[in-house]
Amino acid sequence: MSEAEIKSLEAQFDAKIANDQKIEPKDWMPEKYRKTHIRQISQHAHSEIVGMLPEGNWITRAPSLRRKAALLAKVQDEAGHGLYLYSACETLGITREELYDQLHSGAAKYSSIFNYPTLTWADMGAIGWLVDGAAIINQVPLCSTSYGPYARAMVRVCKEESFHQRQGYEIMLSLCNGTDEQKEMAQDALNRWWWPSLMMLGPEDKDSVHTEQSMKWKLKRKTNDELRQQFIDQTVPQADILGLTIPDPDLKWNDEKGTYDFGAINWDEFWQVVKGHGPLNKKRLDDRRNAWNEGKWVRDAAMAYAEKQAQRKTEAATAV
Amino acid sequence: MMKPIKELNPQFLESKENKEHLISYLLGVADNYLILAQRLGELCGHGPNLEPDIAITNISLDLLGQVRSFYQYVAQLKGDKSTEDDIAFLRKEREYRSVLLVQQPNTDFGYVIVRQFFFDVYNKMFLNALQQSADETLRALAFKGIKEASYHERFSGDWLKRLGDGTVESKQRVQQAVNDLWVFTDELFHSSKADDAMITAGVAPDMLQLREYYYEKVENLLTEATLEIPEVPYFQKGGKEGLHSEYMGYILSEMQYMQRAYPNSRW
Ligand SMILES: [Fe+2]
Ligand SMILES: [Fe+2]
Ligand SMILES: [Fe+2]
Repeated sequence: MSEAEIKSLEAQFDAKIANDQKIEPKDWMPEKYRKTHIRQISQHAHSEIVGMLPEGNWITRAPSLRRKAALLAKVQDEAGHGLYLYSACETLGITREELYDQLHSGAAKYSSIFNYPTLTWADMGAIGWLVDGAAIINQVPLCSTSYGPYARAMVRVCKEESFHQRQGYEIMLSLCNGTDEQKEMAQDALNRWWWPSLMMLGPEDKDSVHTEQSMKWKLKRKTNDELRQQFIDQTVPQADILGLTIPDPDLKWNDEKGTYDFGAINWDEFWQVVKGHGPLNKKRLDDRRNAWNEGKWVRDAAMAYAEKQAQRKTEAATAV
Repeated sequence: MMKPIKELNPQFLESKENKEHLISYLLGVADNYLILAQRLGELCGHGPNLEPDIAITNISLDLLGQVRSFYQYVAQLKGDKSTEDDIAFLRKEREYRSVLLVQQPNTDFGYVIVRQFFFDVYNKMFLNALQQSADETLRALAFKGIKEASYHERFSGDWLKRLGDGTVESKQRVQQAVNDLWVFTDELFHSSKADDAMITAGVAPDMLQLREYYYEKVENLLTEATLEIPEVPYFQKGGKEGLHSEYMGYILSEMQYMQRAYPNSRW
């Protein structure tokens, strides 16, 4: 292709996005667009399936049958999200196996929040309320992102994430209406999950690398700092209803701005975890790798069986 | 819904003994679902691939749904303040009536599938027959469960064929699971005194009559999966009478942890 041809394709492509038209897998797209989308969508998919682990940790210990069933269903939803997102990513010309390899080798990232441990039942409440809550804030804008398969996957995902958030909040509510011990458990969970949840919305705008390009492609609609502010403003009144204290002595309502002011985030901790040195980075990846490696003989068997079946079919057909 | 084989005498449950037998019978059914759901719950997020992971979680959820309905019925029969959760979480080990099969560990995916298949074939036959129970609530529960149970049996049966007729390694692994778990199948057909009373009353199907059919079905599928049918001189039993495997205490201590550590709390 000549340079002029590429220029014109690029112009058409940019115009399409500017007009809110979707880019579909068969459409021409700049290589950078493809790469960026593979990175972001797979990162998101990995987050869904690594995210199954901290909550999966409490399935066998859930305190009631109703909670056990709800938690199982939630973790299963996350597997479903992983599945849609891997499928969306595969439309960009990469296989699920390749994506897993990237995860297992540590080359691909996933949301850092899942590298924190779930220590009590209240963490199931706090994760639903805060982590799914922050995820929604990140993800709702993606329902109208430019890449069609991603946008459509996100519509489904977001619906379920809102349900998860309500379910998490409801766990917190039960605890806060419960015994003193239960209330303490809820407060302790909030104390541990609050700051990592704020970090989940990404580094501060001044340290964020991809923002401008992402805005143009509608991978982002608001900056990290805007999203974080939105999350805080939405969550503080919810904590008030629970009767819990946000673990930030500097948090206070700013009448002039009409938002909450909040204290400094420990970005050293954020980078420590992102770079692989959080409390459970190693365990989470080991668990994923083990599941994959231990499942190899099963996947091989399924493949061999399918091949034999196909062969039997052709043999039967030619025998006639 | 199907018609009962027998009408239940309206005074039947006014007898304290009948009621106790029915409760004991119901626990014998539902405890299997509970312990198996618990075992499957351990696997969530650790499957060999996303699809079977999701499917196994689904089975666990279906079983939990059945557990809740059965325990709610038990709670209603007891007529005291007990709830489904008291029944699920606050009994002593000896009071659980689950068979040894469902307690067996998730040694590998082969064991998971074989355990499931051995149970599913039984469960589908059981729910099928239970649809003609003289007890209306049980007829409804059976009707509700049968579709799920058929799906479970298809899932585990299909995987058994894949593993048996897959690779050399998968065949060897799944044959090992079949050999190890075979000894626990016969207990599914044991009936206690309470069970016998319920069979006589037409509340419970007589599963012993279906034993031969069960082994025929299982053996046919094993053969189709190119696997060998084990021959054992003795079968294992005990769970139904409250004499469990060494695994059971660990299953319960994990499952009951919250209820024991924080008694009298609402979640
Ligand atoms: Fe999700
Ligand atoms: Fe998500
Ligand atoms: Fe979620």
